[in-house]
Amino acid sequence: MNGSEWLEIIIFFTVLLAATKPMGLYMAHVYQGERTFLSPIIAPGEKLIYRISGVSTEDEMDWKRYALSMLLFNLVLFGGLFTLLMTQHLLPLNPQKLPPFTWQLALNTAVSFVTNTNWQAYVGEQAASYFTQMVGLAVHNFVSAATGMAIVIALLRGFVRRKTSAIGNFWVDLTRGTLYILLPLSLVAAIFLVSQGVIQNFSAYKTVPLVHSTSYDKPKLDDKGTPLKDAKGVPLTENVTVTEVTIPMGPVASQEAIKELGTNGGGFFNANSAHPYENPTPLTNFVEILLILLIPAGLTYTFGVMVGNTRQGWGVLAAMLFLLVLAFGALQWAENSGNPLVAKLGVTGANMEGKDVRFGLAGSSLFTVATTGTSCGAVNTMHDSLTPLGGMVPLSLILTGEVVFGGVGSGLYTMLAFAIIAVFVSGLMIGRTPEYLGKKVEVREMWMSILIILTAGVTVLILSGIAMITPAAVASMANPGAHGLTEVLYAMASMANNNGSAFAGLNANVNFYNLFGSLAMLLGRYVPAVAVLAMAGSLAEKKYVPPSLGTLPTDRAPFVIWLVLVIIIIGALTFFPALALGPIVEHLTMGGN
Amino acid sequence: MKDIKPALLLFVIFTIICGGIYPLVVTGVAFALFPHQATGSFITDTSGKQIGSRLIGQPFADPKYFWPRPSAASDFGYNSLGSGGSNSGPTNPDYIKTVKERVSLLRDTGVTGAVPSDLVQASASGLDPHITPESARVQIPRIAKARGLSEEVLLQLVLQGTEPRQLGFMGEPRINVLELNIKLDGVR
Repeated sequence: MNGSEWLEIIIFFTVLLAATKPMGLYMAHVYQGERTFLSPIIAPGEKLIYRISGVSTEDEMDWKRYALSMLLFNLVLFGGLFTLLMTQHLLPLNPQKLPPFTWQLALNTAVSFVTNTNWQAYVGEQAASYFTQMVGLAVHNFVSAATGMAIVIALLRGFVRRKTSAIGNFWVDLTRGTLYILLPLSLVAAIFLVSQGVIQNFSAYKTVPLVHSTSYDKPKLDDKGTPLKDAKGVPLTENVTVTEVTIPMGPVASQEAIKELGTNGGGFFNANSAHPYENPTPLTNFVEILLILLIPAGLTYTFGVMVGNTRQGWGVLAAMLFLLVLAFGALQWAENSGNPLVAKLGVTGANMEGKDVRFGLAGSSLFTVATTGTSCGAVNTMHDSLTPLGGMVPLSLILTGEVVFGGVGSGLYTMLAFAIIAVFVSGLMIGRTPEYLGKKVEVREMWMSILIILTAGVTVLILSGIAMITPAAVASMANPGAHGLTEVLYAMASMANNNGSAFAGLNANVNFYNLFGSLAMLLGRYVPAVAVLAMAGSLAEKKYVPPSLGTLPTDRAPFVIWLVLVIIIIGALTFFPALALGPIVEHLTMGGN
Repeated sequence: MKDIKPALLLFVIFTIICGGIYPLVVTGVAFALFPHQATGSFITDTSGKQIGSRLIGQPFADPKYFWPRPSAASDFGYNSLGSGGSNSGPTNPDYIKTVKERVSLLRDTGVTGAVPSDLVQASASGLDPHITPESARVQIPRIAKARGLSEEVLLQLVLQGTEPRQLGFMGEPRINVLELNIKLDGVR
């Protein structure tokens, strides 16, 4: 790391930490229905929305009704998007006359956006119309994020409330999260992004002449589009001269802002946040990383405020921050060391395959750990081309269940499930009563925590195993050997943990990945989400247990360290064999370092 | 079940707000404040014709131009309709062979000493408009020969074209290849 890179990283984390408290406090006000500085502008609209849709802020739900409302809403969202994708050729704002999605791809894409995954088995600029991007996908970016935030707020109410079954109103939480938090921030961020060069228009794609024409060997295709080969099986090509290129346009900035802020990650273009029209300068890169981490960081403070002890929130944030900085250091080191096979050819410098120059190595590494520590999945670096150990960093962050800041809402609720496990295990070890935040941890909380933590992991391992014995799934690998296994493991991990980034060499638009992937995304999102709400319900019913000498303090450094260890131990126990066969074997065969 | 009504209505309402009003407001403000950026940061020639975007790299393979980074955009390098990286794994033998060929091509055209990695490894976007200053410098002898210009003139051009780190600490120093080559064509 050079001096500027150190400075960039230090300034980044300073800004993030400085934003945590105001952001967290604001969100606490919003979800507790208190007045904020935006209330004069937004409150009238909010009231109108409640009136039209027949929602009452006084109408508190028990956990079952809250969960059912959440599922019902997501079902409607899914139906809406699936229909839209299948009919985009009939809808407006399609200047490129793009055809509809196949049903398998539409299913995968609709599930992907509803579950806040944003796994993309399609090429944005070649498959999705402006209407699809804007009215279909961008809406899901808002409401799937607001759904995750609502769920964690319900869980926090469970900790705070006593002897009640009420954990809030899903519709109110959803509406407040969208109107007061996501929309204003996205609006400001989108306009800032445009100022730096992110595009925002509805023009047809623009064709411009090249400054100097170029030529390439184009594979010859028959009428059906399959490549022609000569008698020896060598593909036939013809030399084609290119004198002009077509540059795609579209409403990108409005989508880019919410894509990062809501930890969604679905790119407007295939190259995602590496595309110069999505992320044109080092400053947009800095801001986009900040947007990814802003709400997850702020929610730790919201947590502290709501449970009445902000040290609890800072403790959780410290654990997240430690893991993120650790991951960043490992990735930066691995990529800075370069690829020894390439170095042998007389090449110097960091591994630049799959990275753009303007971000710098630190800007690429920081984006990569931020997007995989959270459930974002936007990329400014092609993870498939990272060095073996470098690639293991984002993979490991995803496999730990995305608790290193994590998705908006989902990161914190998964982290709190880990905290409950940590309290329970330490309680067993040192003979203290397992209590967390004044509530007794009992059988039901343990069951739910285990469901929250292990659902994704078990899904990943089973589906990766099935993929390995399915020829059609193996055929999708782009790179041979251990790296191919990593591609499949990464795909399943990304979908089951609702991340959405990829080792993108893998050809994922085939039935196997579209269908099993949809299953993974659904299980990975809704099993934990419902388990969290069930836990919220059971916690809210309990009485408050005041801290005694027998209570383990959870707002002190020893507990934070213990929490980090529990996360690492559970992750390593579950995934070490798979990681050993993928990235670690590849690293050992590569030599060097 | 009384929650069906809000499920349907809120879906419609949020579609209108987040999918309609929000992007339209952003577009309106963007066009009012930053029309050049919002429409793609296009470069125009003296006659006012658009000849490319300063943000989107273009392919250059002729020895008399500065070459950009290798591009893995689909169909052909720097095809802006097919953005993306190579997704080649670091130990893939085909990939190592490709890099070897790129190094050989540079060696054959007069590059001596170490080759900067960005000049032989493909970018993430496939449209990377930049190269590092080192990558521009190693190409100077080739261009000087092809154009009959002095290396000193080209070095000046590279130095002038080098963008510093943004705000002094963000990203890395870099050179926009398209802008550099347009300027290069203007040198007599």
